[in-house]
Amino acid sequence: MQINTNVDKPIFQQIREGIEDSILQGYYKEGEQIPSITDLALRYQINPATALKGINILVENNIVYKKRGIGMFVCDGATERLFEDRRNEFFDKYITSLVSEAKRLKLSPDDIKKMIERGFKDEH
Amino acid sequence: MSIEIKNVCKNYKQTTALDNINLTIDNNKIYGLFGRNGVGKTTLLNIINNRIFPTSGEILIDGENVKKSSKALSKIYMMSEINLFPKEMKIKTLFKWIKSFNSEFDINKANSLLTCYKISDNIKIRGLSTGQSTILKLIVGLCINKPYLIFDEPVNGLDANHREQFYRHLLEKYIEDPCTIIVSTHLIDEIANIVEEVIIIDNGKIVVQKSKDEFLSEGFAISGKSDIVDEFAKNYEIIDCEQFGMTKTIYVIGDIPDLIPNEIEISQLNLQKLFIKLTNQREG
Repeated sequence: MQINTNVDKPIFQQIREGIEDSILQGYYKEGEQIPSITDLALRYQINPATALKGINILVENNIVYKKRGIGMFVCDGATERLFEDRRNEFFDKYITSLVSEAKRLKLSPDDIKKMIERGFKDEH
Repeated sequence: MSIEIKNVCKNYKQTTALDNINLTIDNNKIYGLFGRNGVGKTTLLNIINNRIFPTSGEILIDGENVKKSSKALSKIYMMSEINLFPKEMKIKTLFKWIKSFNSEFDINKANSLLTCYKISDNIKIRGLSTGQSTILKLIVGLCINKPYLIFDEPVNGLDANHREQFYRHLLEKYIEDPCTIIVSTHLIDEIANIVEEVIIIDNGKIVVQKSKDEFLSEGFAISGKSDIVDEFAKNYEIIDCEQFGMTKTIYVIGDIPDLIPNEIEISQLNLQKLFIKLTNQREG
């Protein structure tokens, strides 16, 4: 998990997405404990309130839950919910910008399709 | 639990250093106090700490006036550029001396921090280099365990390694044992992630007092073709503007709209950039 202070994205959003990514990648499994506010603040040299703000979004979205006095844990079903959310965001986050850049470069939908197919092949 | 600064003014003969300052410093938060050179930051901090007196107005610590109550004053430690420690004293004697009238002072922690910064406790204060002398003042601040800590330009003269080390120790202290911390510094970028609240002084007046997140969300930059950017920025308070060939960037205060035309780009500013834009403008 990386925090980059030179980008526009607020740190609490980066904390939230960083934890989400770690769950999606399987570093934190459902029922397992995630780093505490203190761990996050010290590790990334940020104000604990910033870390808390990021974690609170995860709590609101039922991705993690608090066990009083023990710590925070990944909710059951969190991985599936995150996959769902990320798939829903996929169009806005990637396709919209891809299409606008493609238009600027005068690439046709067919050109893009071929490139996407090539991309999938190269992966393996 | 708070520091209340009420209607504080400070005049020096013809000049007004502080012009009716009203501020509340809440409990257990880290404040960044920012402002350009000579705007009154140190004057304000010295008044809070009762080192100088305001021309009018008052400072209340947990409801008690610092001018009248030594108990109120004893709740604050202020680290500033001047070194108030006795020059002929050795560091180890200094620590015992501090402990003798501040029972909360953590000598063990102070000693381990000294080791961290590779300073021997057998040196006299006057034998310290400028950087070491600053570090010693910081160590005392980090170990004194008072509810209100003020650091006025804490990292002046420290190299990048020591600055990072100090920010880490400050954050560790805050996490282990929460207290109210005010840091006044020109190195805004370096402290930006640590502060929760932002206070900006300009020309003796408070111009910003909000949470960092709220402050950051208020300003943004609009870039694109000049005419489109001009049209878009019409509804905002403009703080700065840069023309580059056919394109233009306008820095504005206001909420980022939901609908953004495709032809323009919106970017958020970081704390230091927003500070520079804001205080440049006021300079005229």
